Amino acid sequence: MSDAYIYDAVRTPRGKGRKDGSLHEVTAAGLSARVLNALKERNGLDGHAVEDVIWGNATQVMEQGGCLARTSVLASDLDERIPGLSINRFCASGMEAVNLAANQVKGGAGEAYIAGGVEMMSRVAMGSDGAAIAVDPSIAMKTYFVPQGISADIIATEYGFSRDEADALAVESQNRAAAAWEDNRFNGSIITVKDQNGLTILDRDEYMRPGTDMQSLGALKASFKDMGEVMPGFDAVAKIKYPHLERIEHIHHAGNSSGIVDGSAGVLVGSKEFGEKYGLKPRARVRQTTKIGTDPTIMLTGPVPATEKALADSGMKISDIDLFEVNEAFASVVLRFNQAFDVDPALVNVNGGSIAMGHPLGATGAMIIGTLMDELERSDKEVGLATLCVASGMGAATIIERV
Amino acid sequence: MADFTMEKGADGVAVITWDTAGKSMNVMTMEAWPLLESLVDDALADEAVKGVVITSGKEGSFAGGMDLNVIARMKEEAGDDPAKGLFDGLMGMHAILRKIERAGMDHKTNKGGKPIAAALPGTALGIGLEIPLACHRIFAADNPKAKIGLPEIMVGIFPGAGGTTRLSRKLGAMGASPLLLEGKLNEPKKAKSLGVIDEVVPADELMDAAKAWVLSEPSIVKPWDEKGYKMPGGAPYHPAGFMTFVGASAMVNGKTQGAFPAAKALLSAVYEGALVPFDTAIKIEARWFTNILMNPSSAAMIRSLLINKEALEKGASRPDVPDQTVKKVGVMGAGMMGAGIALVSAQAGMGVVLVDQKQEAADKGKAYVEDYLDKGMKRGKVTEEKKAAMLGRINATTDYAALAGADLIIEAVFEDVDVKAEVTKNVLKHVGDDCIFATNTSTLPITELAKASDKPEQFIGIHFFSPVEKMFLVEIIKGKETGDRAVAKALDYVRQIKKTPIVVNDARFFYANRCIIPYINEGGRMITEGVEPALIDNAARQLGFPVGPVQLVDETSIDLGAKIARATREAMGDDYPENSADDLIFWMEGLGRLGRKSNAGFFDYDEKGKRQGYWAGLAEQYPRAEEQPDLITVQHRLMFAQVLEAVRALEEGVLEDIREGDVGAILAWGFAPWSGGPFSWLDMIGAPYAAERCDHLAETFGPRFATPALLREMADKDQSFYDRFAATAEAA
Repeated sequence: MSDAYIYDAVRTPRGKGRKDGSLHEVTAAGLSARVLNALKERNGLDGHAVEDVIWGNATQVMEQGGCLARTSVLASDLDERIPGLSINRFCASGMEAVNLAANQVKGGAGEAYIAGGVEMMSRVAMGSDGAAIAVDPSIAMKTYFVPQGISADIIATEYGFSRDEADALAVESQNRAAAAWEDNRFNGSIITVKDQNGLTILDRDEYMRPGTDMQSLGALKASFKDMGEVMPGFDAVAKIKYPHLERIEHIHHAGNSSGIVDGSAGVLVGSKEFGEKYGLKPRARVRQTTKIGTDPTIMLTGPVPATEKALADSGMKISDIDLFEVNEAFASVVLRFNQAFDVDPALVNVNGGSIAMGHPLGATGAMIIGTLMDELERSDKEVGLATLCVASGMGAATIIERV
Repeated sequence: MADFTMEKGADGVAVITWDTAGKSMNVMTMEAWPLLESLVDDALADEAVKGVVITSGKEGSFAGGMDLNVIARMKEEAGDDPAKGLFDGLMGMHAILRKIERAGMDHKTNKGGKPIAAALPGTALGIGLEIPLACHRIFAADNPKAKIGLPEIMVGIFPGAGGTTRLSRKLGAMGASPLLLEGKLNEPKKAKSLGVIDEVVPADELMDAAKAWVLSEPSIVKPWDEKGYKMPGGAPYHPAGFMTFVGASAMVNGKTQGAFPAAKALLSAVYEGALVPFDTAIKIEARWFTNILMNPSSAAMIRSLLINKEALEKGASRPDVPDQTVKKVGVMGAGMMGAGIALVSAQAGMGVVLVDQKQEAADKGKAYVEDYLDKGMKRGKVTEEKKAAMLGRINATTDYAALAGADLIIEAVFEDVDVKAEVTKNVLKHVGDDCIFATNTSTLPITELAKASDKPEQFIGIHFFSPVEKMFLVEIIKGKETGDRAVAKALDYVRQIKKTPIVVNDARFFYANRCIIPYINEGGRMITEGVEPALIDNAARQLGFPVGPVQLVDETSIDLGAKIARATREAMGDDYPENSADDLIFWMEGLGRLGRKSNAGFFDYDEKGKRQGYWAGLAEQYPRAEEQPDLITVQHRLMFAQVLEAVRALEEGVLEDIREGDVGAILAWGFAPWSGGPFSWLDMIGAPYAAERCDHLAETFGPRFATPALLREMADKDQSFYDRFAATAEAA
């Protein structure tokens, strides 16, 4: 088996996922094409340079439907002989794209891939693709379906995280993201989104709220309390699965949950030979990839077993990991990760995360792999692990090491 | 006479009249289906017939539902493939109903066809509404006493002859849900405002109105047979429908705690049906309905809550003595129980003498009734006349002489043998020789109390549950010398007040409390072992109990529990089993945490009396165990604590009929209704497994779980209660 290397990673800035967000005017295929073009230009990928484009997206309807990956290839300057594969593992779609690409390369099925994803949350609403797990009574009742916010609150209740702890994590995410931008740490990966005339549409994450403090977060109303306690009463469903809980503590709100944004990211993955052929220097090796399934009701605890499996499969210990990216879908997800592995929070999400900058569902997994690689280089560390919780009770993780 | 007859009028309207022979209300039988079909065929084929009205020959009602033997027969006749028999049978019914609905229309153009109206003189339940729903317009007589709806869910099934599919398509998932998921019944005007039926007309104009509509050349195509039909409120993947369906699953799951398969099947039939054309939806409904009919829970619920409940109400346990209808009842003691008894008695039309030691106490009891009636008036359920009539029937007094002429006395004074004996003796001086004397007690032995009477054969126990006006069950207790006429009197009285009776023999705590007390104690024991109280109460709720044992003690009050424990201890002496639950309850009593009534108990309460969390002090006294038991262990402890007591009651002859044990348990304390009752539950899990579990529980938690001899024997023979005791159940 040959090794799979990461040669490059780029991302767009994240625009507010609302009608007044800067990227709201850009199409899903258009934003994806800009990422593909950036990778092509930065790496000189002329002709049939990669085997496929694997593109993650969590809401594959309307403009994000119809195999958006292929559409994006055709919308870009890539060669039409490169096909395109759309995939969906919800929030880990972008990571799964990278992992699939790496494993294809390792298995010898092609020399190189572009992998990543996109989510235009302002244009294609989250959940608008339907979901039988939520709607079909046979399945929803069998799996004790509750929405993710309720799941995040179950984690907080089950593992004992207070609202203050969650808010403190959110404040830290904001501070770190602001500092990272201040320090130009994202410069190497961010591509400015421009219009067809070369005019800038967005060049900076615009969701962030620098200066957020405990007091401002304290004023926010818990987002999932009503749906949990009143209509339609998801807490009662949660307690069927977790009968030792007297009540669900609703600690999450808009300020300590990930932001709804538009964005896209892409990663260039290839073999050693591919690098040599194109004169590219590998930046990191994909050491281990993992995906797991967990209880769909608490749903978002996946990073813990995914990390355990990734470590076990690669014969590593948690102390072998220098840096972590744990997607900040909700504060309790990261708090649970830190608690389970007893890791130093200073090593987790060093440059902020989705609470501060937003979580474009299909793209985030690829984004945090890029962010992790950038930070390993900047701080001159070796091994990093990125992981995400995934809807319906899944988890994914990737371990990379610098070469 | 045939169940359906048809008369073709000179005006071109064929009237099909439903009149089940020998029944006060129509029920659908196996034989009636093909008859209905042949009449519909005849009317559709006859050129002289312009349209059809389907009505009832019964005064004040259309139909009460399906004869449950139909389901049993479909199952039986299919031999070794009962599911196929049911499914095919259901599809056969659907075909007939669909024939009515399509009424000869061209299937492509929707042209042609003959209008078919349903004319309901009154009550229309179950299949009695499903047939009208297949018709093109539903007329009902303006009869406020009539009840219209689909109550199937109440007995563990759901409307399976198109009612689920048609109602959800007619009203949308949101509109249909209280009718389907809660089985809500409505009087005609309300049913019309909800969109269940189409017209309400004066009773004497019912047939004319229906005929006039039939002859008015109306459009008869159902919305769901039109092109471009959209479900009201949105189909599942419509944005609005999406929220409805996501919410519906959560609500049903939370409400039923996952314990009632029928609600889940019903919702699945609605959802899956909403995504396909009508004829496919009907097939889906039939598949889910078959699935539910094959579920042992449904069979057990139908048996207990429909068949056996009705049998008990109709006097299955009644000795063969002449009618004992009560005309005048004396109620001794005007406390909450006495006032409640006076209330339900007056409601049933009896004359009531409500006696207490002081006039103001008697008046207070009557005021309780007035208060209840005022609340009813506010909700429009009670008229000024009814209120006046009911209060007029109650004589609140201190004068025992007013009891003269009473044919039944119900004594509900303080729970003390001497106090009760004195009242009994005084009463007997003022009533005739034939008067039956009943005592309402929950703890004192009837045989002992009967000693105060010189006619113990006319002395009986009638144990009401509180609050009397809300609870469905009455427990009748025979003392050693209680005679048949006293039993018949008590049963006739219970029939008059429209409650369900069980008749048991005299033993400590009779039947219901005998089973409830160990349930509560098991919860208490677990607290002392360090089990999370939330786990205990949630485990009970997931078994289908309305409240868990910890919460139940707070509701009924801790000092009551302590009092019962002390009295039992005293009565049993050295035989009393030591019990950590008692320590817990005495400790709480000592702290003055008496439950809801003192605004402090196992729970904290806010100043308005709203329950907050479990009281933190509990964990200080009884630290929570590091390792919590698994759910199933907690559930089995709670379950077996009760059902073993029921088995022992049967072994000891306290219970004479397992039907009473099952029906009584569900109605008295909400025992897991989905199971059909303690004996049905044991049958469901099987005696061998039950005995094995008991052995294990006894070994782990103590001899109170020891397998009773009867259960052991049944396990060895692999018997079920309903097979073994079928003879008693039928003969009784």
